[in-house]
Amino acid sequence: MSDVSRRKMLAGLAVAPLAAGVVAQASGLDNLLRGLNPTLEKTEDTSREKTRKKYFPNFELTTHEGKRVKFYDDLIKDKIVVINFMYAQCEGICVPITANLKRVQRLLGNRVGKDIFMYSITLKPEEDTPEKLKHYVHMHHLKPGWTFLTGKPDEIEILRRKMGLYTSNTKQDKILTNHIGMVRYGNEARQWWAMFPGKANAPWIVESILWMDEGKVKQQPQERTPKVRGMNHKH
Amino acid sequence: MANISKRDRRREREIANAAKNRREIIAAQLNRRDMMKAGLLTSAGYLIHKSGLSARAQFSGDCDNRWRDGSGGNGTPVSPPTTPFLEPMPIPPVAQPVAALTPVPQINPNTAAGEARTRPHQAFAQFVPQKLYEVHQREVLISMHPQLPLQRLWTFNGTAPGQTYVARYGEPILVRNFNDLPANNGGFGLQSVSTHLHNGHTPSESDGFPCDFFGQGNFYDQHYPNVLAGINSSHPGTGDILESMSTLWYHDHRVDFTAQNVYKGLAGFYLLFNNFDTGNETTGFRLPTYPDFDIPMMFNDKNFDPDDGLLAFDLANRDGILGDKFLVNGKIQPFFNVKRRRYRFRWLNGGPSRFYRFYLTKTGNTNHPFWIISNDGNLLKNPVQTTTGLFIAVAERMDVIVDFSSFAAGSVIHLENRLEQCDGAGPTNNILPAGQGNKVLEFRVVSDAVNDQSVNPATNPTFYQVPTRVTERIKRCFKFDRDNGQWVINDKLFDCNDVRFKVKRNTAEIWQLEGGFDWSHPIHIHFEEHQVLKRNGNTPTLIERGRKDVIRLGEGDDVEIYFRFRDFVGRYPMHCHNTIHEDHAMMLRFDIDDVGNDNENDCGRR
Repeated sequence: MSDVSRRKMLAGLAVAPLAAGVVAQASGLDNLLRGLNPTLEKTEDTSREKTRKKYFPNFELTTHEGKRVKFYDDLIKDKIVVINFMYAQCEGICVPITANLKRVQRLLGNRVGKDIFMYSITLKPEEDTPEKLKHYVHMHHLKPGWTFLTGKPDEIEILRRKMGLYTSNTKQDKILTNHIGMVRYGNEARQWWAMFPGKANAPWIVESILWMDEGKVKQQPQERTPKVRGMNHKH
Repeated sequence: MANISKRDRRREREIANAAKNRREIIAAQLNRRDMMKAGLLTSAGYLIHKSGLSARAQFSGDCDNRWRDGSGGNGTPVSPPTTPFLEPMPIPPVAQPVAALTPVPQINPNTAAGEARTRPHQAFAQFVPQKLYEVHQREVLISMHPQLPLQRLWTFNGTAPGQTYVARYGEPILVRNFNDLPANNGGFGLQSVSTHLHNGHTPSESDGFPCDFFGQGNFYDQHYPNVLAGINSSHPGTGDILESMSTLWYHDHRVDFTAQNVYKGLAGFYLLFNNFDTGNETTGFRLPTYPDFDIPMMFNDKNFDPDDGLLAFDLANRDGILGDKFLVNGKIQPFFNVKRRRYRFRWLNGGPSRFYRFYLTKTGNTNHPFWIISNDGNLLKNPVQTTTGLFIAVAERMDVIVDFSSFAAGSVIHLENRLEQCDGAGPTNNILPAGQGNKVLEFRVVSDAVNDQSVNPATNPTFYQVPTRVTERIKRCFKFDRDNGQWVINDKLFDCNDVRFKVKRNTAEIWQLEGGFDWSHPIHIHFEEHQVLKRNGNTPTLIERGRKDVIRLGEGDDVEIYFRFRDFVGRYPMHCHNTIHEDHAMMLRFDIDDVGNDNENDCGRR
């Protein structure tokens, strides 16, 4: 059945049993529809494709090692990823965030580069050549599995906006040293996407990233050990 | 039957044209530079808000003049057109108890059987559950409008909003809450949940703390004692009757994923009755009888994909999601038949981000006054009449009395939101002219015989006095702000494991909440209701003067509240209830114990 005709059929069916206005009847309708079209589950869900189109354009980027990669195909697809924006000469918020993500990488251990991938995309692609980014990686002693990326300025701007890593205050958004400190994390295959603040406590960030592991989501929770600030703590 | 005015038709056409224009732009594969050249896109990357491109084109113009650049997300889709007022407003079914649960509920977490709770019930033996419920969170296909396809919603026992719990003070219950949600989320949502009862006097382990989430295949026993604050402290054995609550709701609270999971359907009502608020208009306060004339209404605004009509959630939005379709109890713009008498409506702003100011608009765009009797589930001292609408922030509940007796059978009255809001940052505070706002619901007066024994609010009945205060142990101050696009409270970021301060059980405190620049936040604090002492140095309005659990913080607002923390211990959060802000870490954790500490008491640093 074509998409359009099925949709019409569903819309048509929806009117009659729900006219009474009782949402409880929807579960009966659910069974009815599954009976009519047992493959509904598979045929209907195009959401992964929609999510890809909306948020992850397949632009070509260059890694700090000079390798040309496709943003969706090579970096995002089927992976658990952590994505932020920075630039090499940034003396503002990048400094604490890079240091914090370095702690995150250390805590995640050898999973980084195996099933969890970290990406930092430059906000100044005109300045940040692959060589400069490579120098940045060496200078900060960052381990493999965390890739720094540059590309065409227009396309990087689109990527940044599509991922929501900008501020809607247009004046503030132009001040690059104060760029957005949020970091996107997610599991592409599962369409689980959220963000964490780049300056949050590293162990807490690690906990968040590990939820994106399918096994972890189903695992029974453990009691948390609270970290208590000292009496009369001043800041 | 559906009475579509010329204005509505014009609006629908406008929306349809806007959607068509956008689709044509996409089809033509215009790139960014082409669109900027053509004047269709701002340098900031958004389709220009002008007539024909935006569904909000009829607004005052302020939306175009603000420096903010639009949705704050990945563009707001323009939903497909839908004909308003085609279907009746659904009323969620009442939850029915089960005879027994297997295995039998126990004080310690039954980890072996798959229970995800990590801490023992602290009040189970004292308040033994008299009714048991079993709820399964699962995906169901549901229609939100007959002209849109069925939606894959996440439900409590098959409905969204979920089933309504009808509870009574003095009758403890236990809900066994199963997570049967699918891994395949259809684009958004996480099959990991924590169900919060907002705002029960609930021990921490049953409260639905954001970090007490559990995965698919597990269950969680939530014990709701249904007791008044003070039962183990200031008012032993009874609790303080002046702390009675009426309209509560429950919703998912999974840290980082609350907005997605609630947008997908995980929310419902929880009503509490007692010997005064009886649910029977011939007894107690004589409020309109439940369920015939006492009607819960959950408001949500949502977006739908212009191409396939499926529910759309912008994963890139950090400011707040505004929908262009308005739903009541899960249906887009339904109608509701009313008799010529008084009704109690329990209005709940279910989010995700929009602020409403509701008016009742009669034929000829005139305003029908109504009475407010309760704020955040707390009956006021006396009813307050409004002729200027009623403001409701996300998560706030406002119970109102609407009298339809003056209308002839066949009359039509619209519930209309006239508050202008352009983006997730907050409303402009412009009030749109009557008839030009968002009509969310159509009341149709029917000619049935009328019998109304409910109290007339005009006789000024007294409900509950504001509870008396005791001396506070400490004052704490909280400033809500932004740091590089990250939400901070007193300059710090959220961490589930970070106890920011400790409150000593059975003491009182003063908290001062201060809003930052250019943002509006509905701040919710779990556990007891608080009292608003001062708003920007002034005595609060009659409506805000009583007990509350959501505080509106507009730009630069400064609100002082009084709090007691009685009877139970454990962890609770304070957070913004714009669920998009909440999911981007606008939250802190505090714990109640028998020692307490003095953290976050630096009130002089401003």
